[in-house]
Amino acid sequence: MSVNQQAHPGPPYGQPQPGYQGYQQPGYGGPPLPGVPQSQYGAYNGPVPGYQQPVPPQGSLRGPPASGAPPSTSGASVPAGHPGYSQFGQGDVQNGIPASAAQMHRYVRREQILTKASLGRPALPSPMQGPPLPGQTVAGPPPSQPNHVSSPPPPSSMSGPHPGPPPMGGLHGPPPPTHPPQPGYHMQQNGSFGQARGPQPNYGGAFPGTPNYGSQPGPPPPPKRLDPDSIPSPQLNELPPQQKPRHRIDPDAIPSPIQVIEDDRSNRGSEPFVTGVRGQVPPLVTTNFLVKDQGNASPRYIRCTSYNIPCTSDMAKQSQVPLAAVIKPLATLPPEETLPYLVDHGESGPVRCNRCKAYMCPFMQFIEGGRRFQCCFCSCVTEVPPHYFQHLDHTGKRVDFYDRPELSLGSYEFLATVDYCKNNKFPSPPAFIFMIDVSYNAVKSGLVRLICEELKSLLDYLPREGNMEESAIRVGFVTYNKVLHFYNVKSSLAQPQMMVVSDVADMFVPLLDGFLVNVNESRTVIASLLDQIPEMFADTRETETVFAPVIQAGLEALKAAECAGKLFIFHTSLPIAEAPGKLKNRDDRKLINTDKEKTLFQSQTSFYNNLAKDCVAQGCCVDLFLFPNQYLDVATLGVVTYHTGGSIYKYAYFQLETDRDRFLNDLRRDVQKEVGFDAVMRVRTSTGIRATDFFGAFYMSNTTDVEMAGLDCDKTITVEFKHDDKLNEDSGALLQCALLYTSCAGQRRLRIHNLSLNCCTQLADLYRNCETDTLINYLAKYAYRGVLNSPVKTVRDALVNQCAQILACYRKNCASPSSAGQLILPECMKLLPVYLNCVLKSDVLQPGPEVTTDDRAYIRQLVTSMDVAETNVFFYPRLLPLTKADVDSNSLPAAIRNSEERLSKGDIYLLENGLNIFVWVGVNVQQGLIQNLFGVSSFSQISNTLSALPILENPFSKKVRSIIDMLQGQRSRYMKLIIVKQEDKLEMLFKHFLVEDKSLSGGASYVDFLCHMHKEIRQLLS
Amino acid sequence: MATYLEFIQQNEERDGVRFSWNVWPSSRLEATRMVVPLACLLTPLKERLDLPPVQYEPVLCSRLTCKAVLNPLCQVDYRAKLWACNFCFQRNQFPPAYAGISELNQPAELMPQFSTIEYIVQRGAPTPLIFLYVVDTCLEEDDLQALKESLQMSLSLLPADALVGLITFGRMVQVHELSCEGISKSYVFRGTKDLTAKQIQDMLGLSRPAVPVQQGRPPQPQEQPVISSRFLQPVHKIDMNLTDLLGELQRDPWPVTQGKRPLRSTGVALSIAVGLLEGTFPNTGARIMLFTGGPPTQGPGMVVGDELKTPIRSWHDIEKDNARFMKKATKHYETLANRTAANGHCIDIYACALDQTGLLEMKCCANLTGGHMVMGDSFDTSLFKQTFQRVFNKGFNGEFRMAFGASLEVKTSRELKIAGAIGPCISLNAKGPCVSENELGIGGTSQWKICSLDPSTTLAIYFEVVNQHNAPIPQGGRGAVQFVTQYQHSSTQKRIRVTTIARNWADAQSQLQHIEAAFDQEAAAVLMARLGVYRAESEEGPDVLRWLDRQLIRLCQKFGQYNKDDPNSFRLSESFSLYPQFMFHLRRSPFLQVFNNSPDESSYYRHHFARQDLTQSLIMIQPILYAYSFYGPPEPVLLDSSSILPDRILLMDTFFQIVIYLGETISQWQKAGYQDMPEYENFKHLLQAPLDDAQEILQTRFPMPRYVNTEHGGSQARFLLSKVNPSQTHNNLYAWGQESGAPILTDDVSLQVFMDHLKKLAVSSAS
Repeated sequence: MSVNQQAHPGPPYGQPQPGYQGYQQPGYGGPPLPGVPQSQYGAYNGPVPGYQQPVPPQGSLRGPPASGAPPSTSGASVPAGHPGYSQFGQGDVQNGIPASAAQMHRYVRREQILTKASLGRPALPSPMQGPPLPGQTVAGPPPSQPNHVSSPPPPSSMSGPHPGPPPMGGLHGPPPPTHPPQPGYHMQQNGSFGQARGPQPNYGGAFPGTPNYGSQPGPPPPPKRLDPDSIPSPQLNELPPQQKPRHRIDPDAIPSPIQVIEDDRSNRGSEPFVTGVRGQVPPLVTTNFLVKDQGNASPRYIRCTSYNIPCTSDMAKQSQVPLAAVIKPLATLPPEETLPYLVDHGESGPVRCNRCKAYMCPFMQFIEGGRRFQCCFCSCVTEVPPHYFQHLDHTGKRVDFYDRPELSLGSYEFLATVDYCKNNKFPSPPAFIFMIDVSYNAVKSGLVRLICEELKSLLDYLPREGNMEESAIRVGFVTYNKVLHFYNVKSSLAQPQMMVVSDVADMFVPLLDGFLVNVNESRTVIASLLDQIPEMFADTRETETVFAPVIQAGLEALKAAECAGKLFIFHTSLPIAEAPGKLKNRDDRKLINTDKEKTLFQSQTSFYNNLAKDCVAQGCCVDLFLFPNQYLDVATLGVVTYHTGGSIYKYAYFQLETDRDRFLNDLRRDVQKEVGFDAVMRVRTSTGIRATDFFGAFYMSNTTDVEMAGLDCDKTITVEFKHDDKLNEDSGALLQCALLYTSCAGQRRLRIHNLSLNCCTQLADLYRNCETDTLINYLAKYAYRGVLNSPVKTVRDALVNQCAQILACYRKNCASPSSAGQLILPECMKLLPVYLNCVLKSDVLQPGPEVTTDDRAYIRQLVTSMDVAETNVFFYPRLLPLTKADVDSNSLPAAIRNSEERLSKGDIYLLENGLNIFVWVGVNVQQGLIQNLFGVSSFSQISNTLSALPILENPFSKKVRSIIDMLQGQRSRYMKLIIVKQEDKLEMLFKHFLVEDKSLSGGASYVDFLCHMHKEIRQLLS
Repeated sequence: MATYLEFIQQNEERDGVRFSWNVWPSSRLEATRMVVPLACLLTPLKERLDLPPVQYEPVLCSRLTCKAVLNPLCQVDYRAKLWACNFCFQRNQFPPAYAGISELNQPAELMPQFSTIEYIVQRGAPTPLIFLYVVDTCLEEDDLQALKESLQMSLSLLPADALVGLITFGRMVQVHELSCEGISKSYVFRGTKDLTAKQIQDMLGLSRPAVPVQQGRPPQPQEQPVISSRFLQPVHKIDMNLTDLLGELQRDPWPVTQGKRPLRSTGVALSIAVGLLEGTFPNTGARIMLFTGGPPTQGPGMVVGDELKTPIRSWHDIEKDNARFMKKATKHYETLANRTAANGHCIDIYACALDQTGLLEMKCCANLTGGHMVMGDSFDTSLFKQTFQRVFNKGFNGEFRMAFGASLEVKTSRELKIAGAIGPCISLNAKGPCVSENELGIGGTSQWKICSLDPSTTLAIYFEVVNQHNAPIPQGGRGAVQFVTQYQHSSTQKRIRVTTIARNWADAQSQLQHIEAAFDQEAAAVLMARLGVYRAESEEGPDVLRWLDRQLIRLCQKFGQYNKDDPNSFRLSESFSLYPQFMFHLRRSPFLQVFNNSPDESSYYRHHFARQDLTQSLIMIQPILYAYSFYGPPEPVLLDSSSILPDRILLMDTFFQIVIYLGETISQWQKAGYQDMPEYENFKHLLQAPLDDAQEILQTRFPMPRYVNTEHGGSQARFLLSKVNPSQTHNNLYAWGQESGAPILTDDVSLQVFMDHLKKLAVSSAS
């Protein structure tokens, strides 16, 4: 790794470490780290010296790598050459505080790999550390690397003017922070770095949101920026001239998401995650692991930003770490895990605390021989109902502890009684209403025919309750353009009947009987209808559509049928026909980067908000499939969908050939997926904290109840907590999320998820038990909501600021004293900068020219309901070298980092972000591979309009397709497949997703951003 | 006098006109003293077997304010080819086509026997007749089934090229599109929302999109037919489709909870029907046929709320001003009726329900547009089925007995002015020199529109003599009236029927006996009755009765012969003799008495009274009673309780009901089964005779009367007992010890008492 490159003198590096150790020891000493820690620490110091040594060899090493692409083969080495880099990468990177043994392990291993990779050969490590033993090596070099990013912000800037031994000096010279920092450094901090400083000013001013940052037009005098001391690496020359100067820090020296993911996978993927212990940090979302519910909800249901909550609000404020839980109440579980058990407490309903109404859960304390129980949330003592009474054993546990899911498990369901139902009536089974736009565009594109064809078979797969033979869900059909057409598909009819309602100003449902029907009973009539719809409108010339009345119609239909349900609306255009909710085209790119930009995300009219409210009251969930050929104001059309817990799917410029499969897969999944209706979610907490803010697709009529007309297995709600009192380290903090909903068979149920967290009085504990992925999920949702009300720039600034504070707080309070120039990141948050940068660069916060207003609104809404795994891959896409895939195993090739430097011209890569899959083909890919994958003989013949790979009978093709299928299977939406040929114009689009690089729209590269963060942190600290 | 009767009859047969006075008093003053106004009953399309229409246009007087049609009363100068208008005395040239006329070669319109003549004129393209069914689906299953069958059956009765449309309503209103194959399609409207014609047309997609007129392209003439054809289709094209559609009609599916009426959007349905035709076929013959089985309960035009616990308004409520919805509903339907009439369409109402259906509020729809109004208990009765079938009856020449979009213009000689008309018409507001300032009925105009009429449709037209007393008319002078009726024949031809009549003037002082002798008491009774009924629509019942009484007394004073203050000396000449009796029965008739009738029934009776011809009107005023017995051939008998004898069968025709009543003995015989014994075949014949006669009446009557077969003591006998003159009541029966007749349990006065009072008042010098 780059880390090695710098020939840092041992001492400086070493110095911080002692502090480190010292710091840790007290806290750490206690924990029963099996010996390893100590040695590790020891090793830690050790490596440093060795670390620097290797530098020279590096040079020599470099020589050989003549191979084509620098990134793939010797990516590591490239950066190494850079002096600036080294600064960063190396000494400065100081590991925070290893959180736990496990973490240590993870950490260590990664380091190992890193070193190897970077050095190019195993021999190198030995000089540093001596023994290449895994344990040792690990311990030694790596820890230092990732964590410590040396201060020099944009090392590039330092370059020119630096007197003396610039970067190195910075590091070395001032051994401990006490020393007067080197001049060079100083200047940097102040931003007065002299002429060469060029870039810096940019940072300060432009960075937050301004395009300058990204665009930084070919950094003026690249050569100048080079540190005189930097060791030019031979490989540099291979890079395009422009790039060379820019990269001063070795990208390999900075924390790598891939590495973190891999480490976690290998460390934690094998053992099941048992939830019995309070405050355990679960494995990363990218890791495959099994969960054993032993009293806390599975991380598939709830993930927290931190599993150790500061005891006081002061601490929380100081750290700035948001306390949030990302809850996915109806998450799908892998087949190996059991679904929540259904508990029936009889006619009186679930047993609950008398005061706070919390539901019976494993944390309730039974007292007085089991006659009463004390609430774990509010401490109120409640009489145990006679029918629920059970004796306690000698430990105070109820005898039936293991027989009752609500006493022994973290997640379970209660059967609700009539008191939990609307109007005190048990609900009827829900209904699905399909509402199809039949205006000119929809018909002409073949969409209407496609939908009708698909529905014929799809209707047999409506969601069913576990063991039921047929679905209880009734279906109805509406088509519309400027007017609405309802269909009577009563089973007794020979032919369906169409009823046109043109009074769109005052919507109503023209029929009652025969609109919502059982699929099996009305099968022939429905089939006949679906056959005829495309014919009936084949010659339509109507181009205008309405929208709000369509929702109103569905709503009224559900009202009339007295049930909850879901509308599937297939819509193509901006609703400009005269009707309520009529919209005008207000798209205006000029607003971007102005104070008015927020209006692009806001609803055009409040009409839809009110409509959404009505829909929620009725339990009418709206799913929207959009097929726009131009602006259709997703921000407004999506309002109802958003507030009712529905999903939006958007297929811009829909073309039958290319988008057919994607749409149909989405539709199938959307129709079939598990969904609850008329849901209300409430999060209760133990005294001391309180759920204060909620993010997601729902509606809230008061401050505590999250209402969703529909909630499917993919929808996630992020909940933020705030202190309202002190917490107690002993008792910890408890969350109980109760979701009241109607199942697809019309059964009213309560799903309960419980989670217990630790509380801490030491900030270090907080930082040691954080989860960056969840944090990013929260921050993204927070920011994406922010753009509704504030200028995007403000939002971005706030994000950067908050993260800087988080990191600065760590540095100040937890990290061992070290040079101010050193960037020290907590182990659990070392990816925060890179991920944060991805959030900042996302289309919503920093749109490129090709991103439409609708896209931004669409993504904004999507992200709001995403779970942690989805946000993770969405912001930091997965990049897989397909050509490296092992054809014989069914594993995925190891992912690589999202940077162009890592791509080799001779390889084929796959990039996925949950919405798209790109298959990137280098210009030098072997013909055989191309033939095998695309069935064409040369690179130039590959069509980039393919929407799927051809089905070819050869191992490579099979492998790639199975990879793609596997990826598709992991995502809630069918991803669009885009073939990108290197140097083709589509490549621009692809590059947009190489998030570690500078983006065209002005997003900073990872390295640049890291420097910027560092600067921010230092400013905070000083 | 026989001559006058013949004259009257002859005139009626030829011209379809009956005047109250056939010799006219020559001054305004004298005319007013005649009490009964100078007026006539005109049957514009009276069926004439011997009247072949002529195939040319009428010749009009060239004076713009006159434009009278050339007629046999005009003076013609055959040599100069000039004719003088007999109304304005303008001399006119004959048109070139008449160059060949001479005394011997006269055109038909100059021949005296053609005082009524019909022209067929070719103007514009003929448009097919239109029938738009507006069907209530809030019916009981049986009712709906019967109605559906009737409607399906009717399709075969329509002219093949007629356009037909279907609107159904219940809680919602559905306009069915008839052109489409496969899927049946309908436009649905909320039943609670009043929509403007424009909105309706927009929502039905009838408003033509504003297509910029492009150069070089003809302004698409097909646009309109194409659009409208979606809802109105030629019967021959879609009768299969429509039959199926009607067959699939379901009862209104919206649940009706206990204690509620179904929600029925009659008001909106009618509004949409009107709007649909207004937008597509204005000024074309069209019938909107409303079939309803209950009162409108929601939306504009609602008559009663949906709570069953609040009953529909009664006369009592109306008098107490307790009918919440009446005014608003009436206004709604009046607006609709006026729009319909303005478009030349008509609305029929077929209301079949045991309770009221809101005819009171909706009556104007039929009244103003000349539509039919039919009231029955259920659609599943022969009364409805046959009546409905009869709408499509054909005349002797195989043509439908219906005509559309007629306008009637009346021209008078200058001594006369037009005071108004009463009948199924609306004013066209044509002011002119011959329009009187005094209005009787619908006045202030010389032209009326009759959107739909049949050969029996009869209007009462009232005149005013304006000649001043001091400007005597020369001896032998005649006054003339010309009726010009333009209409769309059922064959869709445009036709004009012109009737010109003349009557002699007479000086009332010197020639009163002539005037008296030429009095048509039947016509006068009907004309007075129409005035009375017309007044009753807007005035309090007792006021109308008082007015009628006063008129009768004044008439008796004027034309009776008596000694002052000696009731016993009172005599009326033969031409007046029946008149008081008519008035007696009129006073008791449901047209003026609301007691025992619901507001709907009153509206229904009055509707028919205002449009039937003289004979039928007289039957309505004074029902006919025939007696069948072994003592002789069937004979008409007095409508009197004394006619009810045990050994008689009575047949009463009240127009609305046909009652066969078996006397006590006959009834017993029948129950004993004598009619089945061969030796009593004559009894069987006796029983059969009234049935046959009743059948004959039933065959021709429209609407089909209620047919009541009852016997002495039967509950249905009340129909008879309520009509006969109660000469014997519980008050006087035993006192007088009479043995024949049947006592009537009533406190109503009998004819005898009425006459006694009349005589007393007539001869009294006090009044």
